[in-house]
Order: sequence, then C-alpha cells, then structure tokens
Amino acid sequence: MLEHYLSLLIKSIFIENMALAFFLGMCTFLAVSKKVDTSFGLGVAVVVVQTITVPANNLIFQFLLKPGALSWLGVSDTDLTFIGLICYIGVIAAIVQVLEMVLDRYVPALYNSLGIFLPLITVNCAILGGSLFMVERDYTFAESVVFGFGSGAGWALAIVALAGIREKLKYADVPDGLRGLGITFMIVGLMAMAFMAFSGIQL
Amino acid sequence: MSRAKDVLLDPLFNKNPIGLQILGICSALAVTSKLETVIVMCLAVIFVISGSNVSVSLIRRQIPSSIRIIVQITIIATLVIIVDQFLKAYAFGISKQLSVFVGLIITNCIVLGRAEGFAMKNPPGLSFLDGFGNGLGYSIILILVAFCRELFGAGKLLGFSILPNTSEGGWYLPNGLMLLPPSAFFIIGLLIWALRTWKTDQVEEEN
Repeated sequence: MLEHYLSLLIKSIFIENMALAFFLGMCTFLAVSKKVDTSFGLGVAVVVVQTITVPANNLIFQFLLKPGALSWLGVSDTDLTFIGLICYIGVIAAIVQVLEMVLDRYVPALYNSLGIFLPLITVNCAILGGSLFMVERDYTFAESVVFGFGSGAGWALAIVALAGIREKLKYADVPDGLRGLGITFMIVGLMAMAFMAFSGIQL
Repeated sequence: MSRAKDVLLDPLFNKNPIGLQILGICSALAVTSKLETVIVMCLAVIFVISGSNVSVSLIRRQIPSSIRIIVQITIIATLVIIVDQFLKAYAFGISKQLSVFVGLIITNCIVLGRAEGFAMKNPPGLSFLDGFGNGLGYSIILILVAFCRELFGAGKLLGFSILPNTSEGGWYLPNGLMLLPPSAFFIIGLLIWALRTWKTDQVEEEN
C-alpha cells in the first residue's frame, strides 16, 4: 500500500513533471525564473497551494459533483460535472486568498517572502491542471494529497533548476534576436529532454 | 478607423502575445503535435477571448474594482464550460485528445490579460476586435508550430500523408523528436528568433 503512494509520488515529481512534461504553469515559469531566490519562493508557494487545493477539489468532486455524488442528501440521480471548472477555479481563488490572510496574521515572516507570489498562483495553470488531472484520473483522497504534493514539488524543482541555469547564462554571448525569451525556450527544451530520461522508468 | 485596424492587427506580429509578452504559453505547447487538435484549440481560444472581452467591456462600469478579477474569471470560466460541453457533444474524439487543456483556457494568461488590460477601459466593439486579434496572434504561432511538428514528425498534415514514410515504402524517415514535447520549445524558440530578426525593436536589452 505504501509502495503505491511512493510510486505515485516519484511519478508525479519526475516522470510526469508538471512543467517539463505537460508544460503547465509556463507563463510564470518563464517570467519569474531569473533569480534562484525568487524562484525558490515561488516554488515553495506552489507546493503549499497545490497540496491544499488538489485534496480540497477532490472532496468537492467526490461529494458534490460526481454522478450520483449527492446521494448523501437523498438525491441520487445528479450529475454536476459540467460546472466542475467554475467550482475548481473558485476553490483555488478562495484558498489562495485565505492562505494569504492566514499567513499574514500568523506567520508574517513567511508571508513577507511568499506574499507577492500568492496572487500570481491563482492564474498558474499548474494549479488548475493538477485538479483537472486529479479528476480525470479519478484519484482517491489519499492519492490526491500525494499527487498534489508531488506535482507541486516537481514544478518547484524545475523552476529552481531553470533559474540556476539562467543565472549562469549572464556570462554567455547570445545572438541578439535569441537573447532573453528565445534562449530560455531552448534551455527549457533541453531540460525537458533530460527529464524524458525518467520516462523509461516503470513503476 | 485606423485605431480599429491597429487594435486588430497589432497582436499578429508587432505585439504577439506569445512572442513578445510571454502570455498563454501554458496551453500552447502540449496540444501542438497535431494540426487538427490545434485548429480546434485555436477556435476555442478565439471564441473565449472575444466573448470574454465583449462581456467584460459591456459591464466594465458596473464591476467594482476590488472584485474585478473574480468577476472576470467567472465570465471566462462560463465561456470555457460552454466550449467544453460543445466539444464533448460534437467532437468527442478531439475533446478526449485535448483532455484537460480545454479547461486550462481559463488560466490562459492571454484571456485574463486582455480582459484586465484592454476590455476594462474600452467600448465593446474595440474590445471584440482586440480579443479577436490576440486570438489570431496566438493561433498563428500555434499553427506554425503544429505544422512543423506534424509535417516533420509524422510526414502528415491533418492526417493526410505528405511526405511518404519509409515504413510505407516512401523515402521520408520521420523525425521522432518532433512528436516529443521538447521539440515544441525549440520550434517556438526559433520562431521568436526569426520574429525578432525581422522586427529588431523587440530584441531584449542585455542585462
């Protein structure tokens, strides 16, 4: 049983890396990866939010939206999956907002370092993508906790690695038109190829 | 009239949402291994972005500024649900291939970016043109990428064989790399390079 969760964790961090295998959260991935410090902060924020929102959306899906999910209310023939998208994004926006307020009140130090990134996270596709993959693959609650953490951690790993490379890139002589965004795309492409080495692993 | 023309045509090359503003790349890459899925995706995005721009612009005076983001997201999410249901009903196969990426149009930064940056300040007509133009700018890049990937990766376009494969007795040995995710990054990187060689004012400053 434990083995199952462990393999799901490894799978979500390395083999099905959110950023490098599914291209999710690319906008922030490319825009905020200039320095290792800031990208680490953003990475941690994504892990935290992802670990909370995926299980929360899992509960919503299980008990409200799934076909027949409202049977605990005595209504058995409902299928609300079509309003799923709007529920998930609402939950994500609300949780990010609450998290921001809680951190501000109780852990000001963490709030100061994560603060500016939290609003950005609402529109990060990795977060919504995580919830949608959870629904599509029909994870149980425990699996969704593991998957949420793993996919967040994989994204954080990728952005910190990219920031590390970009910091060194300052010393490189890049052709004019390729400077900035262009060369970053090339690097991410190479990183994605490197990560494909994991895809041969069978778990 | 020239303003309307600028609003419509600027996003195609001068201010391309993907090439210059780094917006909407999230969903841009994963769906581009086949031309067919990309065309459906582009139509969906054009519909959502024009629709959301018009709707946001119509109620722009009524939206309280403190909750504008959530109002915009709700409008966008509603439009995306319409697209999603439509695809499930009339193009189930493609909807399966696009899987979560239809839903991810909600978090496509272009849509929210245009709603926030343009539609909140401009009348519905102009906002529609702006949304349509940005949708087209996004589509041009996506279609170019998908064209390269499908042609060189499988020797096909829209499922029709263009370059006869060696496995079927032809001369073209498909380049498998093109079907793998990383190739999308290389092609977009090269496209940006080409675009910036043409429009040199888009070159980034050395830092």
